Amino acid sequence: MVIAVASGKGGTGKTLVATGLADVLSEDVGAPVLLVDCDVEEPNAHLFLRPEIERTEDVHHLVPQVDADLCTLCGRCAQVCAFNAIAVVPTKVLVFAEMCHACGSCARQCPEGAITEVPLTLGRLEFGHAGSIGFAHGLLEVGQALATPVIRELKRKAQPEPGSVVTTIYDAPPGNACSVVETLQDCDYALLVTEPTPFGLHDLRLAVELARDALGLPVGVVINRDGLGDAGVEDYCAEASVPVLARIPFDRRIAHAYSEGQLWTQALPEYRPLLRSVADAALRAREVRQ
Amino acid sequence: MKVVVTAQGKDLDSPTSPIFGRCPVFAIVDSDTMAIETFDNASAAAGGGAGIQAAQWVVDQGAEAVLSLNVGPNAFAVLVQAGVAVYRIEGGTVREVVQALNEGRLEALSRPNVASHSGMSRRGGF
Repeated sequence: MVIAVASGKGGTGKTLVATGLADVLSEDVGAPVLLVDCDVEEPNAHLFLRPEIERTEDVHHLVPQVDADLCTLCGRCAQVCAFNAIAVVPTKVLVFAEMCHACGSCARQCPEGAITEVPLTLGRLEFGHAGSIGFAHGLLEVGQALATPVIRELKRKAQPEPGSVVTTIYDAPPGNACSVVETLQDCDYALLVTEPTPFGLHDLRLAVELARDALGLPVGVVINRDGLGDAGVEDYCAEASVPVLARIPFDRRIAHAYSEGQLWTQALPEYRPLLRSVADAALRAREVRQ
Repeated sequence: MKVVVTAQGKDLDSPTSPIFGRCPVFAIVDSDTMAIETFDNASAAAGGGAGIQAAQWVVDQGAEAVLSLNVGPNAFAVLVQAGVAVYRIEGGTVREVVQALNEGRLEALSRPNVASHSGMSRRGGF
């Protein structure tokens, strides 16, 4: 079972919900849990879970390297590059490696065989444990722009032992763009965290369109900072038949615990049943679907 | 000398555009005769790498100079490596900036003067 915690809008409480769920599932339900922080541009789940990192691994992709002795400056590589990562000037070929999507077209199309593909480090994966919770996250290399290959590799490598029944929780990046699509693909459930404001509503709609309508995932909503804002999110959820699984009140103590890097479900155990009900709803939705 | 001016329209009296990679129109002007030829900038709507693609186009035209304002780091690298000079303009029409070049009143840029993606949110006006 893989539950992705996503939001559309940033700062609504994805990591709050993801880490709280991991804690409650692991400790109260006794279920083996693996938390994977897929926000490789700005991972933060480790601040609260404080995992011990046991293993790291680099993520590479292949970018072109031009052999100047073989190159005739014909310009074919620049023409076929769909990402404008190559320019050919009268004296040389310029490769902008950070623009490259590693499609390999340039190397295949070069009539002189002057292009070889060489690895470029895009980021790093770290694996470990926070108590009994399995943990993994990815870190995009500073200066690199491509998050999706790092997320893809993170998802591929952060797998439970074959045959074991583990609940995997993905803490998704914010937004609804490529990196979120990459995270949500092939999940079993999308838990969408929002806040009861016009901004929260605007991006929740997009998140529902992506997760439910485009990717076909069962979705449920958690409203964070409940009590703020207006009724727009509730009205939309009712209208769009999106279940609201829980409402986390706008409680200053949660913000305080969070700001100190504490796991809020440990600091404020009265919220544990709320997350337990979220987990149960997600698990039920999956059973219904099967 | 063959120069490329980033422009908003298709004749000598059109206003210039301050944006390089995503400007609407490239005007190729012969600075000696003031003969002009204009082209829609095919890179204006590129998903990414507009500056690189636009600079490649300028290089392929055999231009010796670019007259623009905001040239990002990748585009600048391509132009410099190709030996294309970049001159800084501020406003004016295509005719006015080429005349200013002829009179030695334009400053050559020695480094990119905006960050990547600077042309993404603007519409080609000053």
